[in-house]
Amino acid sequence: MPVPPIVAFNHVVKRYGDGPVVIDGIDLTAAPGDFISLIGPSGCGKSTLLRLIAGLSPLTGGSLTVDGRTPEDAAAELAFVFQEPTLLPWLTVAHNIEVAQQLRGVSAADRATARRRAVELVRLHGRDSAYPRQLSGGQKMRVSLARALTLEPKILLLDEPFGALDEMTREHLNEELLDIREKQAWTAFFVTHSVAEAVFLSNRIIVMSANPGRIHREVRVDFPYPRTEATRLSRPYHDLVAEVSGLLRSVENT
Amino acid sequence: MRRPFLNILLPLGTGLLMVACWYAVRHALSEDLKFLLPTPDEIWAALQANSESLSRATLNTSKGAVLGFVLAVVVSFGLALILSLSHLIRASLYPYLMILQMMPIIVIAPILVLWVGAGLNSVVIITFLICFFPLVVNTTQGLISTDRNLVELFRMYRATRWQETFWLRVPAALPYFFTGLRIAAVLAPIGALVGDYTAGSSAGDGGGLGFQAIIYSSQAKYSALFATAAVTCILGFVFAGAVNILSWLALSKWHDSYHRTDN
Ligand SMILES: Nc1ncnc2c1ncn2[C@@H]1O[C@H](COP(=O)(O)OP(=O)(O)O)[C@@H](O)[C@H]1O
Ligand SMILES: [Mg+2]
Repeated sequence: MPVPPIVAFNHVVKRYGDGPVVIDGIDLTAAPGDFISLIGPSGCGKSTLLRLIAGLSPLTGGSLTVDGRTPEDAAAELAFVFQEPTLLPWLTVAHNIEVAQQLRGVSAADRATARRRAVELVRLHGRDSAYPRQLSGGQKMRVSLARALTLEPKILLLDEPFGALDEMTREHLNEELLDIREKQAWTAFFVTHSVAEAVFLSNRIIVMSANPGRIHREVRVDFPYPRTEATRLSRPYHDLVAEVSGLLRSVENT
Repeated sequence: MRRPFLNILLPLGTGLLMVACWYAVRHALSEDLKFLLPTPDEIWAALQANSESLSRATLNTSKGAVLGFVLAVVVSFGLALILSLSHLIRASLYPYLMILQMMPIIVIAPILVLWVGAGLNSVVIITFLICFFPLVVNTTQGLISTDRNLVELFRMYRATRWQETFWLRVPAALPYFFTGLRIAAVLAPIGALVGDYTAGSSAGDGGGLGFQAIIYSSQAKYSALFATAAVTCILGFVFAGAVNILSWLALSKWHDSYHRTDN
């Protein structure tokens, strides 16, 4: 028996107000556990797609179900990570990690338990009482990720989360993200500009084209998990990066 | 370690230089004009001679300053919360806030005396009026300058309006609030003094420093007048110092303004 999709876009159209059509005729279903990367020229509607899943903006046409419900009703199943760490500078790391749960009214004891588990997952020990200004870019991102993980979401939406980090840190966090995925089974929608990152992380890559935003091509990535540094050195990995880069170039030139 | 050392030494040096100039000017004045500029030691002597009336006046002025200041903080914070709700509210209220700030105290004072009587009530209201504007403007600016990304985060997690205001906008506005508070803290003693000068009363508690200044000048006690000015300055320093301590307590752990980035 096939598993019901966790997210299902059905001919989804979106425009903001009476502006132009931002995304047009999106058909996309995600199975639980999928790691889907969205890649495409800037302005093609990647962030908009995430906003629709989050129920933050109404559809203009088509239908969208999240966890079998409307996006609004499924909001409690989601967590987000943005490009900016979006930490509250006046709160310590511990409080920052707990803030998402706090907004959802989780009790202090449960928050602390979930926080310790999340700190474990992102490997950020001994910084609980530090303030954001005392952290490096990579550490801030870890806090941001930990904050999302405390919610133990069914769906994790990541909008260029590592885009502002240096290559080394980004690769580390990519590996850790996959590690975490082994322990916390969420479905990921991951927006990125880095083809290498998309290939390394995902089992599915959606290449989008702009004006209006459409799905240009879907590429499956069949390398087995867990993926490691060795994956990055393998021949099929390089071939796939080249293939997706080619696709991306073709949509960017139109 | 060089910097704290210089931070003390430099102002001390400037102070000594100014006192030296002071004595020099006084020395240069002809005998019949010397009363125009009492020396620091004469002022010190006048301070001691008038200590009883000056300390009572200082206490009264401090009372007026503190009450007016606290009232201004509370009311401005409430109003800033309302102003931060929408730019339509700001547009409709800002001109009148400006008018409030433009109104000359000299003209307000007799009206206040008429309404609430001379003395502490009037002094508190005048202090309030003087402190109010910088507080409300800065706090409002802070409340509407919240990082867009943080607001987005709160909206994504379906924060209530209350949570967005008190967990996000208010703490984010603290640095702005303290900018307003610093300005208001310097203005408060001056406001109380001016209030006392223009709407003070010797009835009951004997009046404040402004009232004392009127008495000393009518008695041609110029050294005592200078002593009154000195006491007012000290009061200002106490206010500014207290606000600096509060600001340090609230911001030093997390705000960049307390952390030098240049080396
Ligand atoms: N809140 C909004 N209101 C109006 N237009 C928007 C809004 N958000 C995004 N857009 C427009 O929608 C298009 C797609 O934006 P976005 O989803 O952010 O693209 P991407 O993330 O792929 O760069 C852009 O043209 C952008 O200007
Ligand atoms: Mg985007």
